[in-house]
Amino acid sequence: MSEPVLVAENLTQEYVLKGGLFGQDRIVRALTGASFALEPGKTLAVVGESGCGKSTLARVITMIEEPVAGSFVLDGTPAGPDTLAALRTTVQIVFQDPFGSLNPRQRCGQILEEPLIINAPEMPAAERTRRAREMLTLVGLRPEHYDRYPHMFSGGQRQRIAVGRALMLEPKVLVLDEPVSALDLSIQSQILNLLVDLQERLGLAYLFISHDLSVVKHIADDVIVMYLGRPVEIAPKADLFDHQRHPYTKALLSATPMADPTLRKQRIKLVGELPSPVNIPDGCPFAPRCWKAEARCRTERPELDQGTHRAACHFPE
Amino acid sequence: MSDATLEAVQVERPGRLKEFWYYFRENRGAVIGLYVFLGVFFVAVFAPLLAPYDPTEQFRDHLLQPPFWQEGGSLSYALGTDALGRDLLSRLIYGARFSFFVGVVVVVIATTGGITIGLIAGFAPRWLDTIIMRLMDVILAFPSLLLALVLVAVLGPSLLNAVIAIAIVLQPHYVRLTRASVISERHKDYVTSAKVAGAGRLRLMFVTVLPNCLAPIIVQAALSFSNAILDVAALGFLGMGAQPPTPEWGTMLAEAREFILRAWWVVTFPGLAILITVLAINLMGDGLRDALDPKLKRS
Amino acid sequence: MSLLEVRNLSVDFATTSGSFRAVDGFDLTLNPGDITAIVGESGSGKSVAFLAMMGLLPWTATITSDAMTFDGHDLRAISPRERRKIVGKDMSMIFQEPMTSLNPCYTVGFQIKEALRIHLGMDRKARHARAVELFEQVGIPAAETRLSAFPHQMSGGMNQRVMIAMAIACKPKMLIADEPTTALDVTIQAQILELLKSLQEETGMALVLITHDMGVVAETAQQVSVQYAGQKCEQQEVTALFSRPHHPYTAALLAALPERATTKHLPTIPGVVPGQFDRPKGCLFSPRCSIATDLCGTTPPPVGGPEIGFARCHFPINVTAEQSA
Ligand SMILES: Nc1ncnc2c1ncn2[C@@H]1O[C@H](COP(=O)(O)OP(=O)(O)OP(=O)(O)O)[C@@H](O)[C@H]1O
Ligand SMILES: Nc1ncnc2c1ncn2[C@@H]1O[C@H](COP(=O)(O)OP(=O)(O)OP(=O)(O)O)[C@@H](O)[C@H]1O
Ligand code: SF4
Ligand code: SF4
Ligand SMILES: [Mg+2]
Ligand SMILES: [Mg+2]
Repeated sequence: MSEPVLVAENLTQEYVLKGGLFGQDRIVRALTGASFALEPGKTLAVVGESGCGKSTLARVITMIEEPVAGSFVLDGTPAGPDTLAALRTTVQIVFQDPFGSLNPRQRCGQILEEPLIINAPEMPAAERTRRAREMLTLVGLRPEHYDRYPHMFSGGQRQRIAVGRALMLEPKVLVLDEPVSALDLSIQSQILNLLVDLQERLGLAYLFISHDLSVVKHIADDVIVMYLGRPVEIAPKADLFDHQRHPYTKALLSATPMADPTLRKQRIKLVGELPSPVNIPDGCPFAPRCWKAEARCRTERPELDQGTHRAACHFPE
Repeated sequence: MSDATLEAVQVERPGRLKEFWYYFRENRGAVIGLYVFLGVFFVAVFAPLLAPYDPTEQFRDHLLQPPFWQEGGSLSYALGTDALGRDLLSRLIYGARFSFFVGVVVVVIATTGGITIGLIAGFAPRWLDTIIMRLMDVILAFPSLLLALVLVAVLGPSLLNAVIAIAIVLQPHYVRLTRASVISERHKDYVTSAKVAGAGRLRLMFVTVLPNCLAPIIVQAALSFSNAILDVAALGFLGMGAQPPTPEWGTMLAEAREFILRAWWVVTFPGLAILITVLAINLMGDGLRDALDPKLKRS
Repeated sequence: MSLLEVRNLSVDFATTSGSFRAVDGFDLTLNPGDITAIVGESGSGKSVAFLAMMGLLPWTATITSDAMTFDGHDLRAISPRERRKIVGKDMSMIFQEPMTSLNPCYTVGFQIKEALRIHLGMDRKARHARAVELFEQVGIPAAETRLSAFPHQMSGGMNQRVMIAMAIACKPKMLIADEPTTALDVTIQAQILELLKSLQEETGMALVLITHDMGVVAETAQQVSVQYAGQKCEQQEVTALFSRPHHPYTAALLAALPERATTKHLPTIPGVVPGQFDRPKGCLFSPRCSIATDLCGTTPPPVGGPEIGFARCHFPINVTAEQSA
């Protein structure tokens, strides 16, 4: 077991929603108490419904936002305002929408070189260009693509550019915020293969955010299941897909459609909508939708238990 | 690594310029406007070669001579002469230079100022943004010509001061436009990804965001070009712009006011020159908007 | 007689750089009670084909077909007035984006009642009662109070249900659901699909499900039609399609599913879907097909018979001796 490159402790993020003229300010608890560790060459997947704080976690880890509480250590250095410049090259991010994440007025070459221009201004232009061209080949694009604008590329190709750009600074941790959700099936498999290859070659650690469990099952080593900003189950992939300890994970898995028409599975029906993170219920956040909820669940908040397969539930299985 | 992927996508897609021209061409008025605009531009550049006389030279024997097709006119003064015997055609030709000067200077001052302030407002914290925008609202609340008049009255009447005054009056439009596009662009992923790459605030503002906000600004620039010409003519007409004997179209109109009944041509031709130029530019601006605003595109 | 009959439907768009064929020779027959899924990658003309049937395409589109009838009406010759009577009533569609398909200025109740007023001419009381009934049917809790909510006051899943309620308000004979669940979470998606299926069973309408999610297809549809670059390349009954695809594209698509993966590397389909400028001459799939020959590059393949799933391929795969006989 090697030293983790990323250790997060109790990360918490809140946003203030300004009330109108007469309304009160409300607090959105987007992320609460996220703790985990990530080793080099491993993939940690984060799954959960829309609005459960996955992207918020990504923004905190990539230091786009500062958490209101909690801390994390990147490659041995605690992250904070003072170490921001030093850690800038350690962690990079790839966004979901390959059409929005590339500057439409920059050529592919410029897009790749920009991180170097900013972070290594002393590097000669020829060296930058060489590296950008190398990166093009690494992510499976062709040298002649160097001079093209993003609108001349397909979605999959753009996502390759986005991955390439994130790798230009040779980061140790790559945060992937739903990197294949916007792509077609045939392109999705190309990008997933690319990610697997790059990880093997460069020893990258991935924080892989997704809501597609079949993709997670394919690519992850460990999985965090989040619900309303909180991790509710953390486990190695095999354990998690083998048996789910938290009722929410169970429901999530049973709701995921399987591409096999012969399979007739029992679906757990969840009643009610995902509550909003503005007023998270006391006690277990999942209690309003949980079929196993009891009085204790509504008053006392369950914490993650210990072990390799952790769940935050009073009645785990 | 997989090999494979990108066999296809070899073929060139149409370039931006070609696409732009395709949409621009769709709008017939815009194309006509463009040609007229280019024509006026040509005249302005080659004024000394095209004009038969010096615009200030006075021919005392030919006062208020009508255009050539009228009784008493002659081809040597094709569009007639004014009350001081100056050749109207030459004055109009030289006048095009002033109009272009005015348009270009106003647009340059107003856009640079407006874009900079707009960018600052778009990126600034809320309180600074509010202060800037309220200030712009105050400027916008005055009728533009009135404000320009007051400014010129303070600075002293001259063409350059008129131009500065008009630029200041037009500036808030650019501020608003820039700020609006900046705010909508600022939250897009490519800006965040530049931030993650370590880009500083100035770089974000000018290198990352600004180029993506230019389309509406270009359209506005075309439109304020014509506004500037019109306003300077109005100031000239009121005696607060270019001073005689400068052959500026508005000033020419003002000088000719008293002859309106006796010699129609001294007012009509400068008026037509203004009308045609302004109309052409506005038509062109419409076409620019169609071609640059993707929401109006049909496919 | 079948409910919907479309033969050789093609749609061309006039664009900057010439005409672009978005749908190419689309065929579809639907009977009452059918659940048909249309799958295909983004841009393969799934939405456009159905918008063409409903007459909702912009004027840059040129629509041609050999036959296009719905419930006895010829959709090619129908007057705009007649069409408006059918579209939204007998033939109804749930659009791809729930958030933009509802008018943010009006309450959802007003919008659903408006549909009832226009198509069924109900009076105010009856409209209200029906609206409440519909909301309950699609599983919106507290229907009475929700009627006076604005779209932005409800979640994406709720809005999607409102869209479904509006689409089924006039008891359509055919409901087209264009990616009804792509914007939703899996738990909500499961509810919505369940809902659509049960509505279909209750009313016996024909349901067309446009999607690119193979999981959704497998769990919901009876018939599946696979689109590629504007063409239908295969149509089969769902279990047969998943176990014995006849078109190489279908096979490659299924192989690329992460859940079928056996190694860390997924089988991929090299290249990308052809666009306007790189449409191959012969088979549209030939630049990416693993078994393509020279013939494929030059000659468009014929459409096969029903025994091989209408596969548009020179060398259909998974064909047994008796099928090819
Ligand atoms: N800047 C912000 N101000 C206020 N609320 C915010 C802000 N950013 C996110 N939120 C809220 O925080 C919650 C978590 O958002 P987040 O984007 O992390 O969700 P997510 O899990 O990534 O969802 P998705 O799957 O839809 O991307 C949401 O309820 C969101 O509305
Ligand atoms: N108004 C239009 N003008 C020109 N081309 C159009 C127009 N509408 C659609 N297209 C093109 O037609 C093709 C088919 O589009 P369509 O919307 O049917 O795709 P789709 O299969 O529904 O994809 P998705 O899964 O992304 O919804 C696309 O290439 C699209 O760019
Ligand atoms: S703590 Fe109670 S309510 Fe929460 S998930 Fe466990 S059983 Fe359900
Ligand atoms: S016709 Fe040829 S290229 Fe096309 S799918 Fe069949 S085998 Fe492949
Ligand atoms: Mg997100
Ligand atoms: Mg579509």
